[in-house]
Amino acid sequence: MGLELSLRDQEMLQGNFGAAPQMAMSIVVQMAEVFGANQLMDISAAHIDSTIYIGQAGLEFAEKLANLGAKVTVPSTVNVSGLDEHHWQEWPVPNDWARNAYRQMMAYKNMGCLPTWTCAPYQTAMRPVFGQQIAWGESNAIVFANSVIGARTERYPDLLDICCAVTGRVPAVGLHLTENRAGELQINLIEIPLAIQQDDSFYPVLGHLIGKIAQDRIPVITGLGHNPSEDQFKALGAAAASSGTVALFHVVGITPEAPTVEAAFQNRLPRMSIDITLHELREARKELTTADDQDLDMVVLGSPHFSLAEFKNLMPLLVGRKTSSNVTFLITSSRAMTQLADKAGYLEPIEKFGGKITVDTCILATPMLPPTVSTLMTNSAKYAYYAPGLLNTVVTFGSLADCVESAVRGRIVRDDTLWEN
Amino acid sequence: MGELIKGQVVVGGTAKGVALVTDEPLSFWGGYDHQTGEITDRRHPLSGQNATGRVLVMPFTRGSSTTTAVLLEAIRKGTAPAAILTNSVDSFFALASIVANEMYATSIPLLAIEAEEASLIHTGDRLEIMADGMIQIKNASTG
Repeated sequence: MGLELSLRDQEMLQGNFGAAPQMAMSIVVQMAEVFGANQLMDISAAHIDSTIYIGQAGLEFAEKLANLGAKVTVPSTVNVSGLDEHHWQEWPVPNDWARNAYRQMMAYKNMGCLPTWTCAPYQTAMRPVFGQQIAWGESNAIVFANSVIGARTERYPDLLDICCAVTGRVPAVGLHLTENRAGELQINLIEIPLAIQQDDSFYPVLGHLIGKIAQDRIPVITGLGHNPSEDQFKALGAAAASSGTVALFHVVGITPEAPTVEAAFQNRLPRMSIDITLHELREARKELTTADDQDLDMVVLGSPHFSLAEFKNLMPLLVGRKTSSNVTFLITSSRAMTQLADKAGYLEPIEKFGGKITVDTCILATPMLPPTVSTLMTNSAKYAYYAPGLLNTVVTFGSLADCVESAVRGRIVRDDTLWEN
Repeated sequence: MGELIKGQVVVGGTAKGVALVTDEPLSFWGGYDHQTGEITDRRHPLSGQNATGRVLVMPFTRGSSTTTAVLLEAIRKGTAPAAILTNSVDSFFALASIVANEMYATSIPLLAIEAEEASLIHTGDRLEIMADGMIQIKNASTG
């Protein structure tokens, strides 16, 4: 059975709604054929990852759509851009990069997107609800929406997300459909001490390992004795979508589509079952560090973007202390979270500590790092995963407390007692 | 004579090139420099190899949804692989090729091949990809 388009889809494809919807629909239809879809379906929200400035082609694509008069037809948030719109001059961002990245931001704004500029759209007022059909880009956002909220999105790549937002239509395939949301392999946590499960640094490590094991399959995690916070889930998902292509995971007894093992697998039998012990987790934790000495130029937090709760958790660690003069201490977050943090009184202690905040973007999406920065430390598995390839730096993974302690001492220090005893 | 295998056409076209083969997935974002065509994921077995004009053979793309944008930049700049063969239909790569066709009237062929057939292809083999999805393999060792 081939692809059958609705009358409205066909009219849009023929250009009856204008040139921009026609171009967007043409791309959606060609992708529906690649996916082997039988039909298109409606979405009621989108998150646009295409906003990240990579080079001329992405900019030309955005401006072509915008100049043709494209407008999103569903509420659409935007991912990080290639620029902190109002603070980029504080960093060595090249002028021509800033100009192009800004043009790309404006193109998406002109298409009617909400200027959220965040990779954590689930922390905005536009957070979707259980069962909602959405078209989201950004791998960490996709896995969070599907797994933690139970909203339904495929993995939308850059360029397709905006076409879906303009047409309001997506190929009816993949994770939009109930039958494709069943677990595909079981991952059992075996005798992981509760103290480790409660620690924030457990979730990026677990995510990194799960991504490597699951690759592009849907893992069902059993044996978790702690109910993770939103930020712990955020860290797990971001890590699993970096080391693997995980777009949906289930945690039995915790995530909304997995009240039981049977429900998580939709009563099918798991094709594979893998046990994870502390040994594998220790190995995974080691993989997130590429540095072999204690040199430190920069501590960076906030991938995905720092939440209000994370700002709050940081506060007691900073009191009465100051970052070393040879270390840059940076937090990446959204405008909205930063404003809330400011109202809550969290920004002043960061400033006194010597910390800086960047919004709208992150160190992976804008060339903001001074060339002298060659060693990073982070509590984010996503930063740890991508920094060596994207930034050509070495990286050390540590807990939030390790990151602050290292910034103060001016060299990498880690408290490994929780992990190694 | 080498082997002749049949791939499933995802995005059609013809290409010739020397195979660059990996059994590890790769994210192009953070893994592929579109200015040069070099594979830059330092954890990946192909790290340091240049994929410009090669026929890239890999299971699928990993991780970031920005992979598509990176491949589109590479196609525009002329630093993309000549073709990409994956083990299953890879929508992220397909989209880049489809959009390149919309924007620049150029695209690269993408084919899905069975893992068993992928195992017949080795780095250094000369491949010819035909419009109907047939792939001619001339093994490097046999000339």
